[in-house]
Amino acid sequence: MFRILLERLQQGRRTVAFPESVPPLPPRYRGRPELVDGPCVSDCKAVCAGLCPTGALGFDHDGLYLDLGRCILCGACAACPGGRVRFTGDHRLAATSREGLILRPGTRPEVNPLEPARRRLFARSLKLRQISAGGCNACEADINVLGTVVYDLGRFGIDFVASPRHADGVAVTGPVTENMRQATRDTFDAVPDPRLAIAVGACAISGGIFAASAESCGGAPGVVPVDLYVPGCPPHPLTILDGLLRLLGVPTP
Amino acid sequence: MEFSHTQSLPLADIPLLSLDDFRQRVLDRVADGWRVTALFGLPGKDGVGLVALTGRDHDGKLAVFRTGPVTAYPSLTPECPQCHLFERELFEQWEIRPEGHPWLKPVRFAPSFPHPEGPRPRPGITDFFKVQGEEVHEVAVGPVHAGIIEPGHFRFQCAGENVLHLEISLGYQHRGVERLLVGGPDIRTPHLVETVAGDTTIGHSLAHAAVVESLTGRDAAPRGRWIARMALELERLANHTGDLGALSGDVGFLPTMSYCGRIRGDFLNMTALFCGNRFGRGIVRPGGAAVDLDEEARVELAKRLEAGRRAAFGACELLFASSTVLARFEGTGRLTATTAQELGLVGPPARACGLSRDARRTFPLPGTDPKDIPLSLHDFGDVYARALVRRLELETSLDFLDKALADPPTGPIGRPMPDGLPPDRLAVGIVEGWRGEVHHVAVTGPDGRFAAYKIIDPSFHNWFGLAVALRGQQISDFPLCNKSFNLSYCGHDL
Repeated sequence: MFRILLERLQQGRRTVAFPESVPPLPPRYRGRPELVDGPCVSDCKAVCAGLCPTGALGFDHDGLYLDLGRCILCGACAACPGGRVRFTGDHRLAATSREGLILRPGTRPEVNPLEPARRRLFARSLKLRQISAGGCNACEADINVLGTVVYDLGRFGIDFVASPRHADGVAVTGPVTENMRQATRDTFDAVPDPRLAIAVGACAISGGIFAASAESCGGAPGVVPVDLYVPGCPPHPLTILDGLLRLLGVPTP
Repeated sequence: MEFSHTQSLPLADIPLLSLDDFRQRVLDRVADGWRVTALFGLPGKDGVGLVALTGRDHDGKLAVFRTGPVTAYPSLTPECPQCHLFERELFEQWEIRPEGHPWLKPVRFAPSFPHPEGPRPRPGITDFFKVQGEEVHEVAVGPVHAGIIEPGHFRFQCAGENVLHLEISLGYQHRGVERLLVGGPDIRTPHLVETVAGDTTIGHSLAHAAVVESLTGRDAAPRGRWIARMALELERLANHTGDLGALSGDVGFLPTMSYCGRIRGDFLNMTALFCGNRFGRGIVRPGGAAVDLDEEARVELAKRLEAGRRAAFGACELLFASSTVLARFEGTGRLTATTAQELGLVGPPARACGLSRDARRTFPLPGTDPKDIPLSLHDFGDVYARALVRRLELETSLDFLDKALADPPTGPIGRPMPDGLPPDRLAVGIVEGWRGEVHHVAVTGPDGRFAAYKIIDPSFHNWFGLAVALRGQQISDFPLCNKSFNLSYCGHDL
C-alpha cells in the first residue's frame, strides 16, 4: 500500500486543463488546413489532382477546394506550386454539416450546438456507444485516450458505455465495411430516440483512403444520420473532445 | 530455393514444382524446424499458382516454393496445422480447394477474386464448432463488443464455467487492402500500408519499404533507417505499455492501469515529435524516412524518454510486485512450446513460450545490427509470461533508443527511388513489429507493377493461439488471455 501511494505521488497529476487552456500540441502537428486566395499557377490543376492520395484537394467552378472530410492530413498538398494550401496547427476541425468540411479561401469548419431539445437532454450527461466499423484502429485508440486520466472525459458528463441500450448516441469509426453495414445500422437502431450519431475520422466521414474499395460503404453518412463530423486520420484526442463539447454548447478555446 | 530476406528473386528463377513435390518440400522443411511464413495464390496467364515461403529462425534463411496453375490440391493442414488459415484464405480468395482440409470456412466473408459478383457470404454466419451435451452451453459475443474495440464474433462452448473451446470468427474489418495495393505503387500506396493496422503503422510501413528497397536493389539512407528504427521501438513502447495497463485493468489493479494509459500517450506523443502524428504517419518511406529529427527534437526526445522510463518502470514495479495480480496471471491461458511451434506463433506470445523468434535478430533490416536488441524470453507460456516478456522488451527498447539517440548518423534521410519497379520479381519485407513478425511479399508483373501484394500481420498467425490458450480456462479468463495476446482485427481482416 505504501509503495502504491509513493508511486502515486511520483506519477503526479496529469489531467489537462482543457477547456480552460489548450494543452501543447506537437510542434509538427499540422492541424487545420487553410486555403489561401490567389491565382493558380498555370497547369496546376493537373498537379493538384496528382498531389492528394484521397482526392480531397480539387477544383470546381468556384475554384480550389479542400474536402476536410476526405483529408488524411498527410500534408502532401503543402507542395501546391501556387502555395495555396497551408497548415495552421489548429486542432479545431469538427463540423456539424458535411458541406461545412469543404474548405475554400476564408472558410473554416463550424460546429453548431444541438437544437435545444436534444441539447437540454444531453448537455450534462451524454452516453455514447462506439462502433468500430472497419478502420485501422487508430481512431479507436485515440477515442480510448479520452477515457484516460489525461483527458478524463467523465468530468464533462460524457462516457462511452457498453451497450447501445445504455447510450444516447453512437460514435462511428472506419469506412463502414460491407461486413459491418448491418451491425452498424442495428447498433444505431438499438439506441433509444432521441439520439445522435458522430463520425470520427476521415474513413467514417467519407471512406478516407479506403473510399475506392468495393468493400467500403464510404463512411457512416450512408448508414446513419450524422450530427457531428470529426475529421482527421486519426483525429487528435483534443479534436474529438473539442467537437463533442462544442456540439453540447460548452465554450472551448 | 533458398534466398536471403534482403534479396529479390526473378520469378523465372523460382522453379515450378509439381503439386506433390511442392507439398512434400513444404512438409519436409517444417519437419526440419522451418516455419511457414506465407502461403498465397499468385495469378498468372493460365490461372493461379501456389507460392509458399518458409523461414528458419536460427540462421535467418528463407526458402520459396511455387507451382503452376492449380484448382485443387491435397491439404497441408492435417500434417501442418500452421497452414490452416492460409489454406482457408486460398479457398476464399481464389477458389483453390485444399482437399481434406478439416474445417474449410470463410476467413473474411468476402467474394472471391475470380467471381467478385458471386454470392456474398454473410459475416459470422457459418458452421461453428459445436460441443454436444446437456451440460454444455454456448456464449456468443460480438461483432460489436462492450468496449471501444474492433469488431469480431466469438463463440464459447462451455460446460459450466469451463471453456471447452472458443471459436473466433473475424472478417468484419475487411476493407480490401491487398486488392487496393495491386497495380501500385502509386500515391495511395504508402498511406494504405500505414493503415493496415493503425497501431502498427511503423511496422507495416517499414516492411513495405523493405520490399521496395530489395526490389529496386537500393539501400535505405542510414539516417533515414535510424529514424525509422527509433520510431519502431517507440511504437513497441507505446503498445507494450498500453497492454500492461490493460492487463492491470482486467484484474482490477487500477493504479498501473491509470498510469500506463497515460504513459502510453506519452510515448505516442514522442512519435509525434518526428512527424506531428501520434501513430507515426508519414515517417517511413522506401529509401529511408520522409521527416528528419532535428537537434532540438532529439534533445527533447531524450529528455522525455528518461521521464517515460521512470514512469513506466514505476508503474510496472507495482504490477509485478502485487501478489493478487500474480495470482491471476500465473498459470492462466497457458500454451506449451510444442503447441506454439505447431501453430506457428510469432511475437511476444511465441517468446513467452520459449521460442526464440524475433525478426530484429533473425531477419535484420539492411543497415541494422542483428545484435542491437537482446532477445526477451520466458518459458511459462501463460499470461504472466506474456506480460513479463513485454516488461522486458520495454527495457531493451528503451536501452536501444538511448544508444541510438546518442549516436545519430549524418547524411540525407532518404534516397530517391526509381519511378518503376523491375518486372517479374518477388521480394519480401520482414519487420519485428511490436505484435510480432510483420511480413510483406510483393510480386511484380511484366509492367513492373504489383501483380500480387500479400500482407501477413502477426495476428494472422496468433489468433488461433488465443483460441487454444483459452481451452480449459473460464470465460472470466478471456479478457486476460485476449489482452495478453492483444491481436489486431484489421491486420487480420485486411
